This record gives sequence, C-alpha cells and structure tokens, in this order.
Amino acid sequence: MAEDGTGGQPPDPRSICTKKKQDDSMADWRDLQQGMADHGYIAGDDLVMALHIALSLGRPLLLEGAAGVGKTEVARVLAALKGARLIRLQCYEGLDAAQAIYEWNYPRQLLAIRAAAEGGETGAGVEARIFSDDYLLERPLLQAIRQTESPVLLIDEIDRADEEFEAYLLEILSEFQITIPEMGTIGATARPMVILTANGTRDLSDALRRRCIYAHVDYPDRAAELAILQGRCPQIDQHLTRQIVSFVQTLRREDLEKTPGIAETLDFAAALAGLGINDLTHDPVALQAALATLLKTQVDRARITTEVAQRLAGQAA
Amino acid sequence: MSRVTRFAARDPGPSARVAGFIAHLRANGLRLGVGETETALAALTHVNAANPDETRRALKSVCASTADEVTQFDALFDSYWLNAGRVREKFAPSERGGNAHSRNSREASGENAAARGQIHAPDDGAGAAHGEGTGTLIASRTASLMHHDMRKLVSPQDIAAAESIARHLAHSLAYRRSRRRRAARRGDHIHFRRLIRASLSTGGEPLTLPRKKRPDRRMRIIALCDVSGSMTIYARVFLAFLTGLIRADDATDAWLFHTRLVRISDALRDPDPLRALNRLSLLADGFGGGSKIGASLAQFAHGPARHCVTSRSVVVILSDGYDTDPPAALTDALTRLRRRGGRIIWLNPLKGWKDYAPVTAAMAAALPHLDLFAAATTLNDLATLGPQLERLK
Repeated sequence: MAEDGTGGQPPDPRSICTKKKQDDSMADWRDLQQGMADHGYIAGDDLVMALHIALSLGRPLLLEGAAGVGKTEVARVLAALKGARLIRLQCYEGLDAAQAIYEWNYPRQLLAIRAAAEGGETGAGVEARIFSDDYLLERPLLQAIRQTESPVLLIDEIDRADEEFEAYLLEILSEFQITIPEMGTIGATARPMVILTANGTRDLSDALRRRCIYAHVDYPDRAAELAILQGRCPQIDQHLTRQIVSFVQTLRREDLEKTPGIAETLDFAAALAGLGINDLTHDPVALQAALATLLKTQVDRARITTEVAQRLAGQAA
Repeated sequence: MSRVTRFAARDPGPSARVAGFIAHLRANGLRLGVGETETALAALTHVNAANPDETRRALKSVCASTADEVTQFDALFDSYWLNAGRVREKFAPSERGGNAHSRNSREASGENAAARGQIHAPDDGAGAAHGEGTGTLIASRTASLMHHDMRKLVSPQDIAAAESIARHLAHSLAYRRSRRRRAARRGDHIHFRRLIRASLSTGGEPLTLPRKKRPDRRMRIIALCDVSGSMTIYARVFLAFLTGLIRADDATDAWLFHTRLVRISDALRDPDPLRALNRLSLLADGFGGGSKIGASLAQFAHGPARHCVTSRSVVVILSDGYDTDPPAALTDALTRLRRRGGRIIWLNPLKGWKDYAPVTAAMAAALPHLDLFAAATTLNDLATLGPQLERLK
C-alpha cells in the first residue's frame, strides 16, 4: 500500500496480513450474513459484524433495540446456523441464582438421607452422594457451561433482572465458570456463544456493557423489511408484500405510543393473508380489523381511524 | 468519499494509531479503557482491516456501548481516520459538540475554550436589555442569540440557600412507602414463604430467618424550567432551585426550555460547580429569547416523558405561562403527561403578585390539568411549598 494510504485503515497489529487471510476474514462475515439469510433472518451489516466479532473473540454480544425488531430471533437463527443447542434464560424482576444457575434438589436429598439412615449408612458416604450431580438441578446458566458442544446461550431481557443478578452474571460472562461450594468450580468445557438482549427497561451497568460487544438493532428499512417479508411469507404476492411494507413504514412515522416492530409486520401480513385480501385499499373494514396486529394500545387504535388507515394505504399503493 | 488520514512518517505503527483512536473517543466522552484497545486490536484481526467500512463496523461494535454512542461513532470515526488532514487534526472536536455525559476534565477544558459566554459576557444582567422583549412580560418570538453567562446568574450563596430548600422539598415530595413487603436483608417482618423454603435444605429446621420490609417507592421529580425572555429575572432563583433538586436525588431530571428543550441534569450534576455552570451556559444557548411553552412541553411529552414519566413521578413546571403558541399544544401535552399517571405542579413566579389572575391563554388552558398551581416569586415562596406538596402524595 502507498504511504498515504496505510494510516486510514487501522490494520492488523504488527503483522502484514496476507491476501489470503484477508479474503478469509472478508468471507467470514459475509458468509455469516448469507447463512443467516438462508435461515430466514435478514440482518444489517452492523449487526452481522458485531456478531462476527463476538463469535471470533468469544465475547458476549449485547443487543439493544425496541421491542419486536428481532433481537431474540438472532439467537435462534445463530443456533440453527451453527447446529448448536439454544439455551434460554428469560430474565424477570426477582430472578435469583437458584433459578438462573443451579439449585440442590432438597426433597430428594432428604429422602436419600432418610433412606440412608434406615439402611444404617452414615457419614461421609451419604454426604458425598447427596452433593453429587444426581441431586443437582441445573438451571440455564449451569447447563450452558456444562455442554460438551458450544451452545448458544440467550439471556433475554437482561434489563428486567435486578442489578444484583447482573453482578452474578459478570463473573460467568468473563470467566465462563461457576462455583458450587459443595462441588468446586465448574469451568466451561465448550465456551457458549452468549447473546444478551435489552430494551431499555433500565440502564445496564457500565461493567456489563464493557464486557460485551454491542450492537443496536433498529427498525429495518424498506428494502430489508421487504426481504424479510418475502423470506418469511413467500405465499403472499409481490404487490401486496410491497404495499404492506410501505404501509408499515409510513405507520412508523406516525406519532404512536407503541411503534410496530418487524414481528408485528409479519403478524399483519399473516392476518391479511388469512382474511384473503389482495390489495390494502380495497377493503377498509378488513384493513381496520387487521390493524389489531399492528396497534397495541387503545390510544393508537383511536388515532389511526379508518380514514387515516385508508390515507396511509393510499400512499402505500 | 473522503480521503484517509495521512499519518506522519514517524508514526509508531498501527497499534499506536488504534490506541490514539481510542484516546480520541475517550476525549469525546466515550468511556473506554485499556481493555477496549486490546479488544479493538483483536477484533481488527478478524476483519479485512484494509476496508474502511468493515473497520468502522468492527470498531463500532467494540467501542460503542449505548445507542447514543452508536450514532455518535460515525462522526468520530471519520474525524480520526478519514479527515484527509494531518495528525494534528485527529483531535478535531466531535460534531455533536459538548458531551453531556463525560466527567472527563480534558473535555471540560475544551468546552472552556469554546465557551463563547466569555466574549459576550453581559454586564450584570443589564445585558438583558439587548434581548428583544426581555424585562417586559411579553413573550417574544425571536430566539435570542446572546449567550448569557450563568456565572453571573447564580452566586454560591444562592446555590446554598436554594439547595437546602430544594433538598427539603425533594425529600417531602419523594418519600413514599409501599404497602407491600419485599424480601430484604434487614426488615421488620419475617418472610415466612422464604423461611419454609430455606428450611427444606436443613431438614425442616428453620435455621435462617429471612426478613422482609416495606420498600421505599420514591417519587421521581422531573423539573422543567422556562428560561424565555419574560422569565430572565427569575432565572437566577430557579436555576439555583434546580441545582438543589438535582443534587438531592440521583433520579431527578431537569430540563430547560425556551424555544426548544434541553436536558441539563448531567450538567448540573457535574462535581465541579464552576464547570457545571460553564456547561449550563453552553446548553442554555438562546436563553432569554422567545417562549414556546406548548411546543417545548409537547416535545417533552412525546419524547423523553415516554421513558421517564410514570405514575411515580412529579413533573414540576417553572414558568410564567406567557406562550407565543396557541394553547392547544399545551393542553395536548399536559393531557398526555397526565395520562402517564404522574402529578403535575406548576410554579408560577407571577402568582405571587397582588391581583394576579391566570388569564393568559396558555395558563387558563393549563389550569384544569394541574395538581397544584403555586407561586414561586422568591426562594421564600418555594420554601413554604412543603405542606402543599405533602398533601399531593
């Protein structure tokens, strides 16, 4: 490369990458994008690059974005793509270690102790037995760590969990190991591919953000949404697909309390297909009925009256 | 397409450039450490680093960690790697201007340097005379381009007085307890459900006594302060009051509005009071100009309020109600805010006057939507608000 060109590209540290290697890495993330597309997920460049880097560096990926833009779906598609198991942990307020990591099966342990006492068995033997794998209830995080092949671990809506739980998670995400006092430390045999999702219920801590590769998932643009819809609902004809996408895109620009995501678009398309509509402008009543899949609050419903819906549909046509 | 930055021949190499880039981001308010430099370098080995687009995406995924930073990143990337300039220019300030989230002292010195308030420093409030319509109680349509120096407006004594009053008010407003009990390390009641569950592991013997208590359900205060021309004379008091409110509680949010809306919580929370005022004078650009109460409140109700106003918030509006907009926008905004479940308090400096009646179109339109309409002419008025606020809870 010419002297004036080198500076602009922050290049590979102290090594001149061969042409071959460049092609490989180039191929890598485009391949990933193509692979995801084959599994029905049309992802933007930013998202794919973040995913590619998270996978190459073995770091967790934090996905943020409005509800219904397909954050959770990334994990599902990744699992399908890699042929890996998907382990999902749904976070909620009050989630604690016993539900997320592991718990001893107390009733079984008690039964075992009773049985042992009747059988005359005592001491260390019983103790060793009741604190063994058989009596351990694995919760998603421990499960993910103990897989022999790398699973995809989806920690969904992490911002709903309490801050204390976030702190627990930090150790697991950086070391990929879990300490059980009675059994010792369990390290990951195969590093799970971790995906966290959040949609802004509360701010995440800097410590967590720092450990993750970050991608912000936005509402898809017209072209992307068209591709998604065509991929997911191939039975709907081209004309209607284009109308639906334009309609939803204009609807997103309206002043709504809850902007419809891509999931809603798919529902909307399915609803229209179910109602046997071929053109949005033809049947105002049916369109208004199908809007139930897009507008999820009373205020939004009231705002998009039949006239407004018709106007939007007219623009879309 | 812009050209790639030309680095000097003595430049120590790619790692140093990436480190320089991270420093550049840090200087612009992104919170990054040495670990990120390492990750960034590692990430670049996994992409085609000769392609600016890929590099940009790779570095973005590593360095940006909030939605805001993602939008900010492109400009920062361009200014460092693609500015077609020399090395010196790589520290060009970001397009976004003053960063509201940084606690970085380096960045503040940059702001100091850019603070035009120094040049146009008004002579003790007399500068207001230049502003159109200021000093009279007529809402004007023009946004003043003058840059009032806030240091002249808020003296340390005022801050101290207002802070204690505001802190007191904030406490009387914010403190509210739940009726339910939740598990807590220390509490007044025994948590029986947990007790039974925990006793299983000890063969039915309750060895640990988990407890529960009533958690605090704090009310969150969101203050919106009008700093339009007609309010200039009260700005001193109100800004001090806001400072006090903000410092009393971490969750409190403060906004200024004149013809548009600016968030000032971060600026007011700056640990260095002088720098806080500098930042404030940058933010209050246009201070003393026209007032668009309806439009500003609508902007608030449609935007930030969706995240920060809940049934546990109190929206405090400090304004005289002289609006250049038709009252419909104001009514709509207040209805929206109400529907979110919060309480709305309007503190009007004119109400302290003798024979004041809320006859301006905006004020008359707002009245039915308010939980409390009170006077706020001096700090003293604010101090006596306590009991009225107490009743609101």
